[in-house]
Amino acid sequence: MANIYSSTTFMEHNAHPDYKYEMDAPTHTHDGINPSCGDELTLQLRVEDGVIEEASFTGHGCAISQASADIMAELITGETVEEARRLSALFLAMIRGEELSEDDYEDLDEAAQLKDISHMPARVKCAELAWRTLDSILEAQ
Amino acid sequence: MIDIAANPYKADFPLLAGRPDIAFLDSAATAQRPAVVLDAQKRFYETMNANPLRGLYSLSVEATDAIAQVRAQIATLIGATDERGRAQANEIVFTRNTSESLNLVAKAFAPTVLCPGDEVAITIMEHHSDLIPWQQACRAAGATLVYLYPTKTGELTDEEIAAKIGPKTKIVAATQVSNVLGCRLPVEKLGRAVHASGGYLVVDAAQSVPHMPVDVRELGADFLAFSAHKALGPMGVGVLWGRPELLDRSEPFLTGGEMIDSVTEQSAVWAPVPEKFEAGTQDAAGIFATGAALTYLTEQVGYDAVQAREQELVHYAMGRMVELPYIDILGSIYADRHHGVISFNVRGIHPHDVASILDMAGVCIRAGHHCAQPLLAWIGCENLACCRASLAFYNDASDVDRFIDGLTTVWSTFNG
Repeated sequence: MANIYSSTTFMEHNAHPDYKYEMDAPTHTHDGINPSCGDELTLQLRVEDGVIEEASFTGHGCAISQASADIMAELITGETVEEARRLSALFLAMIRGEELSEDDYEDLDEAAQLKDISHMPARVKCAELAWRTLDSILEAQ
Repeated sequence: MIDIAANPYKADFPLLAGRPDIAFLDSAATAQRPAVVLDAQKRFYETMNANPLRGLYSLSVEATDAIAQVRAQIATLIGATDERGRAQANEIVFTRNTSESLNLVAKAFAPTVLCPGDEVAITIMEHHSDLIPWQQACRAAGATLVYLYPTKTGELTDEEIAAKIGPKTKIVAATQVSNVLGCRLPVEKLGRAVHASGGYLVVDAAQSVPHMPVDVRELGADFLAFSAHKALGPMGVGVLWGRPELLDRSEPFLTGGEMIDSVTEQSAVWAPVPEKFEAGTQDAAGIFATGAALTYLTEQVGYDAVQAREQELVHYAMGRMVELPYIDILGSIYADRHHGVISFNVRGIHPHDVASILDMAGVCIRAGHHCAQPLLAWIGCENLACCRASLAFYNDASDVDRFIDGLTTVWSTFNG
């Protein structure tokens, strides 16, 4: 099994999350929790004309939940709501063990590096937390 | 001097012998089982399988006898004996686990003594299974749930006991050994305090029976519960001991088959204790295997060896952990106050990340809230979580070494 903790991208996002801050004027704010890890996350979005102009998160939790949230926020910034929804579906399928097409892995960019977490069943929920929280916001759109 | 580098026990445990790639440090969650236990389970089904209690044929009688023998064995083990040392087997009720045993006391016995305005006192160190049943019992009776808080190292002071246990206290429920801090609680003192005002002491012995001799009379317990699976036995068998007059006055917990004397269209007469509390078919094979587990634990290995070896292992592990400046151990700094359990945090690293990285090195520890969220909140653990390594006599120094190596890997993974 490949070691997710040996990924410099992953460890960098955990140690220095660029998107971890409280937003000034969010259009959407949603809380997500993962009771098994005690991870707590608040996701904020500024959506204008169907485009996610800004995404950020606050909260605390394990390295996997934190890095995953930061990678996600970076990925969806500048994307349409529709595209973000598609990316989230791709990520959640990947993390549950589904093989994606090369193009789809490419679209997930750094998030594709979290693929190995699909082999760590106890940690899948940590990786999913930010994305599930995103889904809750987008479903309401 | 115990030689913890040698391991005369590992070969008795098929899983440990077959998995030299892992260091199992999660015995406080569930123990490994020696071959004699697995063999007993199999032998029951191969040679004496029949529904106990019901059958009139000899095979069923054999199954019934097998259970009766284990009942007597457990009674003797925990000191449930009369003045001539004879086992009081009828004071032993079989359940599924400690949780069910404690639920039985809280749901079937507590209503017979709790009135509105009364108090139930528990410690903040209780496992959820000795906490939520009391929340429920208090809510149902209009009673108040009161908590005893230890010092930061897990000691319950006489002042705290005097302040929290008084005339209103009808029940005190306490764990004998904390599943997080590993400390032994002065349950005898709690018993004396609550008995002084006519109340009752319930002891959660899930973490003590696997590690030390337990005597219900010495403890002054009115009820005592433990699980087979933490004491080398199978999963799905629990024990409740209770003083017979208290079991007698309790209503049944579950009703149905095998717990009645007679049934009419509109009513039923309960069977005597313990059958009154054993509705439905028991896990007879599991109970039989539990007998084998306790025989192995207390006769083949023996509590003296168990305690000496576990103490040496904890001493060695804690000694090496304090050499790592980024490890914070919860509870006492003294190894002899940790009964097989060492909870800790790696500074700045989430416990689940610690456990995942240790897992990659083949080291099995528990990380999370350990079914003790109020305790972790009170201690102030970030994320309501911590790591826990728990040792048993079948561990050895090499398990500890792998654990320590794993911790250095955890640290270097996050800190270069």
